[in-house]
Amino acid sequence: MTRLALHDLTLAYPNAAIPALDRLTLTVEPGTITALLGPSGCGKTTAMKLIAGLLTPQSGDITLDGQSILALPPERRGAVMVFQNHLLFPFMTLAENIGFGLKMRGTPTAEITTRVADMLDRVRLTGLGARRPTDLSGGQQQRAALARALVLRPRVLLLDEPLANLDAHLRGEMRALILSLQRETGITTLFVTHDQEEAVVMADRIALILGGRLAQEGPPAAFYTRPATATVARFFGGMNFLPGHAIGGQFHSALGPLTLAADAPDGPGLLTIRPEAVHLAAGAVNSRTARVAANAFLGTQTRLHLMVGDTPLQALVSPVEAARFSPGTDLAITLPTEALWVLPPDPPAA
Amino acid sequence: MRRSLQLLAGGALIGWLVLPLVPLAVWSFAHGWRFPALMPQALTLDAWRYALSDTAGVTASLALTTGIALATAALATLIGIPAGRALGQHQFPGKPAVQLFLLAPALVPGIAVVFGLHGIFLTLGLAGTVPGVILAHLIPTLPYMTLVMAGVFANFDPGYEAQARSLGASRVQVFRHITLPAILPGIVTGALFAFLVSWSQYLLTLVIGGGRVQTLPLVLFTFATSGRNDVTGAIALIYILPGLLIVALTARTLTGRSPALAGMLRP
Repeated sequence: MTRLALHDLTLAYPNAAIPALDRLTLTVEPGTITALLGPSGCGKTTAMKLIAGLLTPQSGDITLDGQSILALPPERRGAVMVFQNHLLFPFMTLAENIGFGLKMRGTPTAEITTRVADMLDRVRLTGLGARRPTDLSGGQQQRAALARALVLRPRVLLLDEPLANLDAHLRGEMRALILSLQRETGITTLFVTHDQEEAVVMADRIALILGGRLAQEGPPAAFYTRPATATVARFFGGMNFLPGHAIGGQFHSALGPLTLAADAPDGPGLLTIRPEAVHLAAGAVNSRTARVAANAFLGTQTRLHLMVGDTPLQALVSPVEAARFSPGTDLAITLPTEALWVLPPDPPAA
Repeated sequence: MRRSLQLLAGGALIGWLVLPLVPLAVWSFAHGWRFPALMPQALTLDAWRYALSDTAGVTASLALTTGIALATAALATLIGIPAGRALGQHQFPGKPAVQLFLLAPALVPGIAVVFGLHGIFLTLGLAGTVPGVILAHLIPTLPYMTLVMAGVFANFDPGYEAQARSLGASRVQVFRHITLPAILPGIVTGALFAFLVSWSQYLLTLVIGGGRVQTLPLVLFTFATSGRNDVTGAIALIYILPGLLIVALTARTLTGRSPALAGMLRP
């Protein structure tokens, strides 16, 4: 098992105003999965190509278990990248595709045959080795691309949007397959995605990249409950932001004083609460009266647009609960102390 | 209805291509064939015997023509692959100008250029030499090769090469196992065109070769103008052979489907 570390990795494309990747520092612990999350064009794939050796950084270093791999050509890095659009070689059979890397290494033919057959079984493509890539379905192609990398037993596996080209019903299947194979092999894995749900479900840790910079790194839950900035909170679906000031465990804003968790520091800030944490009942502290301005049915949840005085607040509740409150009704709400989180006041432009 | 139309079109096409060859074939076996006789008075192999003898110089010329055409095709391929890649995959300043420049030999009449070229080749000591003729043949062949390769590379995703690198292939292995198989149909097509264009060069060979490089079209023309219809017929048939052979062997590659005839006659 291998620890992957990026140190101050920077790459600017020629003629680009801002660097594609700006001093990215990140560690992926041995045997874990980290998601590189961010909107398209934020530098995620650039980071992956740098690790794979397909691009050279202007500065910074990449290490595997503490040893720099920057000087090594891609074929000797032990970091294998699987591209988004699977890129199975069209003039080779499925078995030849999966055995390609082993053949390039000079692995004996008999061993290639055994390992390819074993890999085909693991990705549930048993018996399809003689097929051409074009004769496979989209899901099969994506599984084959994964098998082609895993058969090499790489030290680090790099997956670029592994689920992006799949239909919704195949996505869950592929997700489960990646997770089970990763657990089985213990290969340190980094994957790129623009889908925060995908990152949350699959990754042990998430690195959120915004504008080429690391915005926050940590376990998935932290991005919901303890976002570093308002931008991060917004990326994860945060909607309620109240400017104000914290003094002695109280946050003073348009909603009046609200009691914070005990360890909250004093100073100006932006109070946030997850829409799903807004509680639709009176409580001992932080209770307010709100009016339902509008509601929007989202399928599994309903979004309630509330007005507390002149201050808008959004709540996500189950459709059953929302049915009790039609627009225009007044209700008591509570903002639980443990769900309140104070962000730095002026979010740096991202 | 559709089928009979296809047959008619196929028949017309074959007639169009084959009919002009019939008199050549008859001539090459004729022993005295004077107006107004419809067919030769007697048949003989004399013309073929002469054409294939050492004195006629046809066999030596055949070898020379083949050598020049092969060298031209090989050089055009070696230059056309990287040039076509640059044109097909990269954007660079002045690209439209380069593309137009490449088409120039197809737009400008060869005869207008060849005499100036001869002057340059004389000073370079290339006039009257086989390398000089090969270089001259690159002028009409290189644009074909480069444009064919540009088309091939425009349809080739360089991501395949990056993926192969990441899977552990060295640069050389990537070219051998990924790039080459992907662009091979283009190379075959382009090289065949280059071969045939070189094979049928008359003017460039005549002027640059200065009569010292006697390729088959030059030999053929000499016999044709000297009134030896029988020998002309025999040489002309020899001259046509590689073209037909190449088309027959590569119809599949060129049409992208099945051999041309089978494709035409299939319902």
